Amino acid sequence: MLANTAPQTTNPLSTVINPNLRFLEEVSGATAGISRLEMCIQCGTCGGSCPSSTDMEYTPRSIFAMLRAGLREEVLSSNTPWICVSCYHCVVRCPQEVHIPDVMYTLKSMAIRAKLYKDATAPDFSMTFVDMVETYGRSFELGLATRHYLKHFPLRLPSMAPMGLGLLSKQRMEITPHRIEGINQLKAILQLAKELEAIE
Amino acid sequence: MTSYLFYPGCSMETSAKAYYESLIAVKKTLGLDLVEIDDWNCCGATEYLGINLIPAYALISRNLALATQQANGSRTVVAPCSACYLNLAKADHYMLERPELGEKVNLALQAGNLFYKPGSLEIRHLLDILINDVGLEEIKSKVKKPLRGIKVAPYLGCMVPRPDYKKRWSDHEHPDELDRLLSALGAEAIDFPLKTHCCGGHMPQISPSTAFELIRRLLHGADLYEADLLVTVCPMCQMNLDAFQAETNRYFHTNYKIPIIFFTQLMGLAFGEDPKELGFGRELVSTEFALSRIGLEIPEPDGSKVQPKRAKKTGLPMPTMPADEEAHK
Repeated sequence: MLANTAPQTTNPLSTVINPNLRFLEEVSGATAGISRLEMCIQCGTCGGSCPSSTDMEYTPRSIFAMLRAGLREEVLSSNTPWICVSCYHCVVRCPQEVHIPDVMYTLKSMAIRAKLYKDATAPDFSMTFVDMVETYGRSFELGLATRHYLKHFPLRLPSMAPMGLGLLSKQRMEITPHRIEGINQLKAILQLAKELEAIE
Repeated sequence: MTSYLFYPGCSMETSAKAYYESLIAVKKTLGLDLVEIDDWNCCGATEYLGINLIPAYALISRNLALATQQANGSRTVVAPCSACYLNLAKADHYMLERPELGEKVNLALQAGNLFYKPGSLEIRHLLDILINDVGLEEIKSKVKKPLRGIKVAPYLGCMVPRPDYKKRWSDHEHPDELDRLLSALGAEAIDFPLKTHCCGGHMPQISPSTAFELIRRLLHGADLYEADLLVTVCPMCQMNLDAFQAETNRYFHTNYKIPIIFFTQLMGLAFGEDPKELGFGRELVSTEFALSRIGLEIPEPDGSKVQPKRAKKTGLPMPTMPADEEAHK
């Protein structure tokens, strides 16, 4: 990731003693663009603007305080980043212009790496989606939906059958995936990208 | 004719076929030349960004690199899907803002002999092109059948007006571009307070109760304002509000029947195109009643088989209420 570009001004000994002391910087450094996470003033505008905060264990504001407090396990095992719907309401209202949904993406990827998520539904969905894209170069809704719902929502299948049939009969779902011509080129790019990501 | 590089996105070929068909039908009238990016790949939606950073941005940027190769004078990439639009714009924006990201992504792209110079393309949403390049006066001049008598809820969802890196929209939370477009077509656009609220995104697959509540709010809002239709600019919003409307109704014991269509479909109707060419009939919540208000009949799409309704219950004996017996006589 981009962690090597984070400011190197701290005493290295302190992070040896407790790596969580710099957790906020670590998250900020691993986020695309300039996250501005360090600028958070704990005003709570994000949580107040969030349409799904009622389903979160911690509001975004709490999460940012916890990041600063070095509560790595609590943050990475919370459902907050997985419940974020990427609506960007918080971003346009945040007085400090923190890139909140992008920070949530970083927390998801860190939770997956540390295997700290409690509910596998969301990580599984993302990974199945990505698996399809890496195989075909395009998303494949029928394959994704079948695999995901069978594993995580088998009880919803009977009530969803009419919808699935409706989408199929109205030709809104393909039976077979579409593979791009340059799939090998794409695979080579993604392979190298993963290797680059592994070099911290 | 103005030429644009066109990134359709996966949904346009499948779940949002009506969006694609109606766009193809109206682009001639509007003088839009959309040159599809050859062999484009999926943008990763909201999924890849939450797994790996460099691969996610490399996946998006392969499209930008291909678009640059094909550019031929046009530097503008048009995306009709909100998620695709934001991902393309986001990659371009962050690779400029954080040059190390751009360098790493370009190192990865080298494996495919590709390169993208951040900032070299303009990434824009289709609605932005129609409002700001084609212009409302031009659109108005093409209207043959004004959509008088129909009340429409203009719905943009999240990722078009936000985060809006290039400040293209009139407002992040209550923009009026789509309202003005609908008015130009002769329709009555309600002042929809939820026009940029969330449709639930991928939540039907992750936390259904979260998704159903967000869907319910939008349907409730459109219903309160007595909208005949809700018009969207995004395949994901259309899918959630249309295909999950029945499940949401079951979850809340409600009975909303709000048809959800794409803005290009209404444009096609106003331009006098045949509804059949505009993807009507592909929606799961029927538009029949709404469009009968403007004197139009909607055909079933080709190849769609209507399931014959069973006259009476067959199969296993099930307990029934007297009312059911009456209904099936």
